[in-house]
Order: sequence, then C-alpha cells, then structure tokens
Amino acid sequence: MLYQFADVFAFLILSAAGLAIVFGMMGVINMAHGEFIMCGAYVTVGLVHAGFPLPLAQLCGTLAAGVIGVIVEMAIVRKFYTRPLDSLLATWGLSLVVTQGMLILVGSSVAGIGTPPGSFAVGDYTFSVYRLVLFAGALAALGFVYLIFMRTKFGVHARATMQNAKMARALGVPVGRVYALSFGIGAGLAGLCGALYAPTMTLIPTMGATFIVESFVTVVVGGSNVLLGTAPAGILLAAVRTSLNAWHGQIIGQIGMLIAVILIIRILPEGISGFLTRKQR
Amino acid sequence: MLRLVNGAQTVGNGWPFWSSFIAVLAGALVYPMFADSYDVGNFAYFLIWVFMAMGLCLMWGYCGMLSFGQTFFFGVAGYSYGVLAIVLGGGTMTVLALVLAVLLAGLSALVLGYFMIWGRVGGVFFGIVTLSATLVLAFFLGQTAGPEWAIGEARLNGFNGMKGMDPLNIPWFEDETLYFEGASLYYLAIALIVVVYLGLRILLNSRFGNVIVAIREDPQRAELLGYDVRKYQLITFVVGSSLAGLSGVLYTSWGQFITPGSIGLPAAAMPIVWVAFSGRGDITATLVGSFLILFAFQTITVYSQQAALVLMGGMLLATVMIAPQGFVIGIARAIGRLFRGRGTGNATSSHRGS
Repeated sequence: MLYQFADVFAFLILSAAGLAIVFGMMGVINMAHGEFIMCGAYVTVGLVHAGFPLPLAQLCGTLAAGVIGVIVEMAIVRKFYTRPLDSLLATWGLSLVVTQGMLILVGSSVAGIGTPPGSFAVGDYTFSVYRLVLFAGALAALGFVYLIFMRTKFGVHARATMQNAKMARALGVPVGRVYALSFGIGAGLAGLCGALYAPTMTLIPTMGATFIVESFVTVVVGGSNVLLGTAPAGILLAAVRTSLNAWHGQIIGQIGMLIAVILIIRILPEGISGFLTRKQR
Repeated sequence: MLRLVNGAQTVGNGWPFWSSFIAVLAGALVYPMFADSYDVGNFAYFLIWVFMAMGLCLMWGYCGMLSFGQTFFFGVAGYSYGVLAIVLGGGTMTVLALVLAVLLAGLSALVLGYFMIWGRVGGVFFGIVTLSATLVLAFFLGQTAGPEWAIGEARLNGFNGMKGMDPLNIPWFEDETLYFEGASLYYLAIALIVVVYLGLRILLNSRFGNVIVAIREDPQRAELLGYDVRKYQLITFVVGSSLAGLSGVLYTSWGQFITPGSIGLPAAAMPIVWVAFSGRGDITATLVGSFLILFAFQTITVYSQQAALVLMGGMLLATVMIAPQGFVIGIARAIGRLFRGRGTGNATSSHRGS
C-alpha cells in the first residue's frame, strides 16, 4: 500500500512540477506540457537506441526539453503574459501541431526500451526497483526546485518577479530572462518526467495526454506556489487515489480523484498554497 | 420580444444583413433539390456541430467563461441518447430520448458548474477543470468494453463505440415513419439552427444578455451593481453546455454511432478552434465561421486527418497571435465599414452577404 502510494505520488509530482512552476511564475497554464513530456521521453529512447546508457540519455532528454522550452517561451509565450487565456489557447494550438506532426513524421509508435530489471521482496510481495527510482526522482525534483528558488540568486530574482513583476523590473531584475529560464526549468522538469517514465510505457505521440489530467488536477489543488502547494496536493491526491485504486481499480481512482478535486476547489478556491499563505498572514 | 433580435450585442442589425440572411436561408432550403443526396448528408453533418460552437460562443464570447468541456456534454448527451433510444425501444420514443439526453447534459452542467462557479474558479482554471472532466469521461468510456458495462440492452463497447440505436424519427402521414436521415435530417438541422440562432439573439439582446456581457467586462463591477454574478454565469453555462448536448444527440442519431474518440483529445480542442478562429465576440460570426471551417476541413480530412489537425492547431496559434478577436469577425467588420463608407446609412452587414 505504501509502495503504491509512493508510486502514485511520484507520478503526480513529476508530471505536475513543471506545469506548477510555469503557472506559479507567469500565471500561464502550458497546454503543451504533455508535449514536453513526450519530447523528453522520445529523446531518451532515441539515445538509448543509439547506444547511450539510460541515465545519460535521461539527462539529455531533460535538457533537450528545457532548451526547447526556452525557445518556445521566446517565440510564443512571451507575447501573452498580459493575456493568460490567450496563452492557454496558443500553447494548445502548439500542442495540436506537435502531437499530430509527430504522428505524421514518426508514425504511431516507436520501439520502446524495457523497464530496468531488478526487484526486491518484502514478505510475499516483490517490488520493482525502478519504481523506487521514480519516487526518488520525484523527491529529487522537489529538492532541486527548492534549492533553485530558495538558495540561488536566480531564485531571489524569480521570487521577486513572482510577487511583483513591475517592482522587480524597476529594481533591475532581468524579468524577461527570469521568465524564459523559469519556462525552461518547467519544460525541463516535464522532460525529466518523460525521461523517467519512458522505460515504463509505450511511446506514442499522444502519450502526453496520459499525464495531463494528473498534472492539471495537482496544479489546481496545489495553487500557484510549487513548494507550498504542489507537494501537499501530491500527497493528498495520491492518498485519495491509492485508496480508491485498491478499492475498485484504476478508472474509479481517476474519477474519484477528479471528484475530490471538484470538491476541494469548492472549499479552497486558491488551492492549498493559497490557503496556507492566508493562514500565515 | 421579437424586437430583441436586433440589438447592441449582436453584429448585423440593418436591412442588408437581414435580406442576406433570408437569401442564405432560402438558398439552404432549396439546396437539397439540386445537390445529390451524399452532399446533403454531408451538409447535415456540418450543421450538427454548429450548435456546440454557438453554445461555446455564448459562454466564452459573451460571458467570458472559457469552457473546454463542450465535448464532455456532447458525449454525455450523445451516449444518453444512445442508451435511451435502445432502452426505451426506438420509434417515437427517440424524440423523448432526445429531450431527456439534452436535459441530462444540462443537469451535469448544473452540477459541474455549481462547484466551479460557487468555488469562484475563474480564468484559466475554469478551462483546465472542464478539460480534466472531459478527459476522464473519455478514459472512462474507453474502458467500458466488457459485457458488464451495459444499461439494459445497451452495451457501451469501450473504444469501439456504441451503436445500434434508432435514428430520430416521428410518425408521419398514413402510418409511415419519418426517419431523420439525409435530407430530412438536413431540414431538421436547418430548422433547429434558425430557432437556436434567433433565440440566442433574443437572449443576448435582452436584459439577461446585457448582464452577462457586463460580467465578461468586469465581474466585480457587475456584482457591485447588484447582480448575482454566479447565478447568471451558471445559467449561461447550462444553456451553452446543453447546446453541446444537442449536437451530441444529433451526431449519434446521424451515424447511429458514438465513440469516446469524439470526447477526448484532440476532439475537445475543435470547438475552441472554430469559435476562436470565427470570432467569439459575435454569434453570427461563429455560426458562419464554424460552418465554413467544418466544410473546408472535411475536404482536407479526406486526404490526411493528421494534416488537418496540424492545420487546426496552426490556425489556433495564428488566431491568438495575429487576430485575437477572430478572423471571420475581422473580415465582417471590414465589410461593414465598406458599406458605411459607400453611404448606405446604418448598414452593418456581416460577411454573409459577400
């Protein structure tokens, strides 16, 4: 049970972290988030087929998604910071183009790579080691975000921009670069998600859709602050989902999670981080 | 009340507009006499989707609620129609199935809308919560392949889709039955579009329409002026979503078939593309634009579905980057200015006449 909880938690955190950073910083929901995940996965698998070891390929996948993220920010998203709804539409348009373009270019599926072997046994049950790697990856992603935003100069700039972009600009923070980098980090985390899950699932250009519901609901419940919101939201939703999965299977788990989210937004419209921030004051 | 078909909230109020409206309607009515039945069936198919677009235009363009859930209600009503038509036993009962299915779509909009609107979910979150609900419904219906997923005689059939329901039909002269297929479905769709279109124009130019536009412009101001914003938003959401439900019922009846594919991605993005490209700010632009896009894309889809979708995505991207108000409405306004420039008085024609 704990193991399954960790599994669901890792899935939620990894798929949502990138989206949450972009939303928290810029108020933009990146509808092409799933496509960055796909990008990370494809680069990873491609490099593994080319003979790279898996961890190195995963690192490259993450970086590739991050770099593409910076380019997308500069080319498209930058124009829409004053119009968040239009940024939603623009990135959705991009998502359609990329998904269907990939279907034309590489066809509907690519030969996958197997899950790294290795398992351990507790009592009568055996568990895959790789699932634990995913859990560690989720924790590492959270730690990485914490370090970047709380312990670096960029983090200070980023938090200042988040609080008041105009004031930050007036004080000499390069707001444009902060936005581009944050979008890049968000895209990179999406790429990491894709890279880590690449060995466990079949690669299809529409695979982003598998992650998108989980990432959306986690961000909705979490609210705009990654550190305060996304992690608790992950724990809460993972708890709901794991218990429902155990009770009646995957799809009930997903529906139950959605219903939980709809109930939560009725009570906490600004998400968990909004609630916590208000309590602090 | 009929005076309200003209008003401040709708483009196209002068005589050039209404005369071209009559001309297009007359053209549409005589069209099946000249075209072969295959084309008529195709046209009926395009018209089916227009309700969904008009519903989205009402919610998004006039009330400022960007719902990504049009295909959710499309699916709820489409599947409900299928199940009801089979369970109730076809025949005239299909009309009852239509009414109940649209009501079910409206009811689900009421429930979902209550939680979102009373929870004060606005802006981008409104979009992603509705989209999450849509995707979960699509996943759910996708895994209903087994025989345990049946309501009465009606099997849901997972990804393969539901089939075997009667198309809409009513008793006709001399004990015959009129099935709404081909030309008769075409006429039914035209009649419904005229009713819905004029009805929405009346609604939008009425007090209600002015209030929802005020809410779009500034919800806080509208609230301070004494309107219960949530109530107006909820009603708008229910009406707009029920229109998506109407599309769903007609679609299921048209092909006697519905699959989860018409609910999930990328189907969920389609109404957004139609309405954004056409111009969400006006119901006429949406009506005309959606029809033209559907018509154009049917042609492209024949060659490659993926290419059509790439183009759709590109259109959405281009619309928000170049003409955020939409292309059709931009062209319509340009023509309207042209008319005025020639001195035809108060003419504000849409591009319908061109």
